[in-house]
Amino acid sequence: MPLLAVSDYSKIFEIHHLGRQIPVFQHLTFDLMAGQFLLVSGPNGIGKSTLLRCLYRSYLPSGGRAIFDSSYGKIDLARASDIDILTLRNEEIGFVTQFLRPRPRVSALELVAEPLLGSGVDEGEAFEQARDLLLNFGLKEDLWDAYPTTFSGGEQQKVNLARALVAPRRLLLLDEPTASLDISTRESLANRLGELKDQGVAMIGVLHHPEDVEHLIDDTIELSSIAVHANGVVGD
Amino acid sequence: MTDTLSHDTTANVHPTLDAPIINRVPPLVVARNLTKYYGSIKAVDGVDVVAYPGEILGIVGESGSGKSTVLRLLNLEEATNGGVYNLQISGLTNTNLFELDRFDKRDVRVHHIGIVYQNPHLGLRMRYSASGNVAERLLITGERTFRTLRSKSNDSLLASEFPLDRVDDPPSVLSGGMQQRVQLAKAIALQPELLLLDEPTTGLDVSIQATVLDTLKRIQRLRTITMILVSHDLGVIRTLADRVMVMRNGRVVEQGLTDQILEDPQDPYTQQLVHAKL
Repeated sequence: MPLLAVSDYSKIFEIHHLGRQIPVFQHLTFDLMAGQFLLVSGPNGIGKSTLLRCLYRSYLPSGGRAIFDSSYGKIDLARASDIDILTLRNEEIGFVTQFLRPRPRVSALELVAEPLLGSGVDEGEAFEQARDLLLNFGLKEDLWDAYPTTFSGGEQQKVNLARALVAPRRLLLLDEPTASLDISTRESLANRLGELKDQGVAMIGVLHHPEDVEHLIDDTIELSSIAVHANGVVGD
Repeated sequence: MTDTLSHDTTANVHPTLDAPIINRVPPLVVARNLTKYYGSIKAVDGVDVVAYPGEILGIVGESGSGKSTVLRLLNLEEATNGGVYNLQISGLTNTNLFELDRFDKRDVRVHHIGIVYQNPHLGLRMRYSASGNVAERLLITGERTFRTLRSKSNDSLLASEFPLDRVDDPPSVLSGGMQQRVQLAKAIALQPELLLLDEPTTGLDVSIQATVLDTLKRIQRLRTITMILVSHDLGVIRTLADRVMVMRNGRVVEQGLTDQILEDPQDPYTQQLVHAKL
């Protein structure tokens, strides 16, 4: 039984002030098993990140289904209530993006510990795990208590990865996680993802450098403009 | 639950969502068809508000959209022209709070609802000490021992991250950020289930705003208070709110997860609002 069964999945952006509908992908169908790594490939601007954001529900999918086998039972991520999506984000589905929007005046360590604190882990344990992971990703120790708003892109990225990977998840959506990382951090990330995969975590990844995680990839879906235009519902 | 199979993939750009199936805890706040007229103006025109225990629900909109009026209705401080308002609190569950007499309304307000206003003059006595403002709230419950009052109000001020060496200063000599912390301490002193925040950081310096928002986030996590936050500032909403409702002309035009509303707004008005953000 797949952890995630996506069928007939579509996203159409409707831009009201232009009076236009912009289809991104349509009738997308794929399955993902626990412990599987699915690479989403295709040229820039084809909608790879859009697919991840739809699954995480930062974007509202326009149609189709994404049946997720949660610990609460099956639930359609395309139509689940907002409050259920929030629970799944807190407990089961993680999103790793290249962009961090750190809250001002919150230290790196607190940002990383937050997902654990939010799910009821006690402070000592949460900060312990946060330290381990920051160490793992090679963020210099004297930055742990500093505010990431002042960090360089690469340093912010380490904080962001640690935050996204600190709490246990069944499904991880990886949106260019390696984009601005140095080689050694890319290696620690790949190692971490490998460990998680061995534990049964399923992953869908959009990666600029898929070779970083090549040994983890089980399957690839290719988004192409042909698939989009074949069903073209272009507004104008 | 509606049958998802019948859902048309191309015709429906905005699919409607299912009822919650994971979250079986009932919402703390259920208000239906809130209505408020000022003369012929419909300030609030049939608004529904549902907030779950421990979440932060944002209400965003321009001036005059009715968002602050919704908050005042939920605080039972204004008469309503219609609607039903329930709080999931033992003894009150089946009561339409709008139908209570003014003494019972005051009782609900004191014990179950806290509010922080944009304007501290609305929430504070500017010439009492900071701790006196908080203690006043505690006095209502019948607490009379000076020591207990002092220590309880200091606890609350501490939770609001107010500097304890200034508890004897009146709000009139405190900075805007400090005044908001006193309001907050007063609002949470009796551990209400619901905290209403009306533009709590509007008008504060950006750096002060960030620390007050951080305090709110910490209080929400440590005390699992349900918060309803009204703001015209999308940055504030993004920082704090889990879900958000967008209001215009007294109505809700759209609601959803905060990131979805900000990144993939569906309604024409919300698209304008989001794209107008600097």
